[in-house]
Amino acid sequence: MVNSILFAAGVLMALGILLALIRFIKGPDVTDRTIAFDVMTVASISVIALIAHFAGRIIYMDVALVYGLLSFLSVVVIGRYIERGL
Amino acid sequence: MEIRELIGALVTLMGSIFIFLGGLGIVRMPDLFNRIQAGTKASTLGTILSLIGLSIINPAWIWKLLVIVFFVLITNPVSSNVISRAAHFRGTKMTDKTVTDLLGESQNKTKEE
Repeated sequence: MVNSILFAAGVLMALGILLALIRFIKGPDVTDRTIAFDVMTVASISVIALIAHFAGRIIYMDVALVYGLLSFLSVVVIGRYIERGL
Repeated sequence: MEIRELIGALVTLMGSIFIFLGGLGIVRMPDLFNRIQAGTKASTLGTILSLIGLSIINPAWIWKLLVIVFFVLITNPVSSNVISRAAHFRGTKMTDKTVTDLLGESQNKTKEE
């Protein structure tokens, strides 16, 4: 019961990542692509947390934390670069 | 025991619904700024809800999950703010239904002075 509900949650998260990927491919501007990238990484943090629950290993949470940190850093760097150049 | 795991799974399902709606909003919204507002806000709430649900299921993991929740809660508004400022500076077109543009008005006022 619990595991099937969590599996449905994982399928919904994957659908959300897929929709953001459509915008990432189609987006007319670089800022659209950056926002789609941001949504994709934030959604994959929770997908990694679900995988950690299914595998039963807490060490995957560190992977999620570092992934979010790198995505935040890359989005901020891209924003600064668009605004006034490095 | 069983009830607690069921509540955690339902909270996680609610968070995944919010993540799905964020992805839907980022495809269907007409404008860059609407896309930022829909995508970032919904995905932040969805991630926080799903991590809290997982910490209800596994109470031993609560500290590490709370660290990630705190981190997402701080960094996600900052990154969306940086991107929207950069897009406004770049001159991205707004949709026709836009009512007000306070940042552009304040920049025009500083230029006139």
